Amino acid sequence: MYTFDSESSLAIGAWGASWELSHMDLAIRTRDLRKIYNSPPPAAAGRTGFFTQSGGKKSRDQKQQITALDGINLDVAPGQIFGLLGPNGAGKSTTVGILTTRVRPTSGTAWIGPHDVWREQIAAKLQIGVVAQRPNLDFSLTAREILLFHGAYFGLSSHERAERANALLRRFKLTDRADQLVRGFSGGMMQRMSIARAMMHDPQVLFLDEPSVGLDPQTRLLLWEIIREYNQKGRTILLTTHNMEEADTLCQQLAIIDHGRIIAQGMPAELKASIPGGYLLRLRFGHHSAPLLERLATLAGVTEVRPDGDSAADLYASRGGSLIAEIANAAAALSVDLSDVHISEPSLENLFLHHTGRSLRE
Amino acid sequence: MNRKAFLALLARDAHVARRNLGPLILQTFLQPLLFVFIFGRVMVGSGYMPAAYKSLLLPGIMAISMVFTGVWAVAMPLIGEFQFTHEIEDRLLAPIDISWVAIEKVVAGLIQALVAGLTVIPLAWIILRPGLELHVANPLLFATITLLVAGFSACGGLALGCSVDQQHIGLMFSMVMTPMIFFGCTYYPWSALSKFPILEKIVLINPLVYASEGLRATLVPQFPHLWLPLILVALTTFDILLLVLGLRQFRNKAVS
Repeated sequence: MYTFDSESSLAIGAWGASWELSHMDLAIRTRDLRKIYNSPPPAAAGRTGFFTQSGGKKSRDQKQQITALDGINLDVAPGQIFGLLGPNGAGKSTTVGILTTRVRPTSGTAWIGPHDVWREQIAAKLQIGVVAQRPNLDFSLTAREILLFHGAYFGLSSHERAERANALLRRFKLTDRADQLVRGFSGGMMQRMSIARAMMHDPQVLFLDEPSVGLDPQTRLLLWEIIREYNQKGRTILLTTHNMEEADTLCQQLAIIDHGRIIAQGMPAELKASIPGGYLLRLRFGHHSAPLLERLATLAGVTEVRPDGDSAADLYASRGGSLIAEIANAAAALSVDLSDVHISEPSLENLFLHHTGRSLRE
Repeated sequence: MNRKAFLALLARDAHVARRNLGPLILQTFLQPLLFVFIFGRVMVGSGYMPAAYKSLLLPGIMAISMVFTGVWAVAMPLIGEFQFTHEIEDRLLAPIDISWVAIEKVVAGLIQALVAGLTVIPLAWIILRPGLELHVANPLLFATITLLVAGFSACGGLALGCSVDQQHIGLMFSMVMTPMIFFGCTYYPWSALSKFPILEKIVLINPLVYASEGLRATLVPQFPHLWLPLILVALTTFDILLLVLGLRQFRNKAVS
């Protein structure tokens, strides 16, 4: 392992010797990160965000402000695959942008290892590799040249550069296109290339912003395999996704983010177990009534009943299919039509729904 | 500053320039050489222009070539890379302060402008001789002025490239570059404006005036030109102003 001792030595490796404070043991840490955009945020940094009405006389002239992040606290231990899960515009890319020196936070602090990202930018940049949401490959260069120049920016020797470029091109199945300009590459190839480039200087922390969007299932599996492999070398990976399967199978820790706030954080299994009951039964009636909902709440295993308008209700329970007969009986006894039942097993989707009342897919 | 990263950035630009050498040469030299041929050779040869015009024209053409090359070399990639291909992001993440990424662009543009300017002289000499009278009495002055002009073009490219939207590139050339060239004392010396007293004063806000008059002062000092200290001060001021403005705009673009 290398140590990082001064700006001039381009050591690429583990954190330096100053471990006095416990938070320095973390690979990524943020405290109370806020970001308010005065103009629409760039495409990769949250496409929508949400609008806040800024009151007062002074702000009348100002453009509408968009709060992208509203107090984000993250603690990511080294060697983890950490997922930021949330819908588009939740603030995932803005968080990544701040951690990778591309978005200036309105307030709050972000650290990569012991380095304050905004005070020690160069030290922080030495520790990170970044795959942006939109492709940003150097179109004037070939695949191999992209890797070689990227290595040169990070001070790798020419021998080391050539060796690593070869290995990465092989691993990402790009060897046969290595000496072609990347402007002719397909979307999937560009994405593989972006990830190879981010790994070129062997960063301690790898950021992947929506890495599997637009990839075919086969490439997605290759990508997951490579991410796991990289993680096994002891590297930390932070990825953003709105794909629950990806979050569930790949990530060891998750933060679920919505409207610029973290609404839940933990291991995927832990998070799923935290939903009351675990199972979600979405019920539709002709027209439900308060006595029916009260009756449903008393059924064995039911932990929570949430009405959704006059004709629907969400029921959280510790069992699924075996409840249907009892629900149907209860409805029949009160002469209410049960028109539809949808059962879903404990999932991150249910968790998101439970916290926000909205589906992740919406 | 991280010297290794800076040199690697420069090497990347040199590599790309080498790859595009053919189109780059055509783009840089075709227009000025056509100008030299028509105005210096055809118009003078046919008697519509006096023979002395050859020598008067050359510094102006050199200034145009340098400014066009520098602005183009810095502004065009920046506009495309920030707004369209996002190519620059990898360089912004290099372990170097992002201002140095901009300065590297300026250095690359400055070198290209120098090469363009210095190549125009022998090429034009081939087309225009005989009758071209260049007197470089003070090589140090020539080097200083050429460097300041190249710097002004590259810094101008940085400021423009970070201020102009992609959809306004055409407008940038028709609204900024074209008037700058025609009112830049390129095809005529500043002294020719003495009969237009208002215009004579207004054009002094145009940095290209100092570039062409500066090159005139050092290449063909036998013709009237602006006062040399004024030229040097003005060019230095424009270099610094455009660099500071360009860096500010660059940082605003690079970090949201």
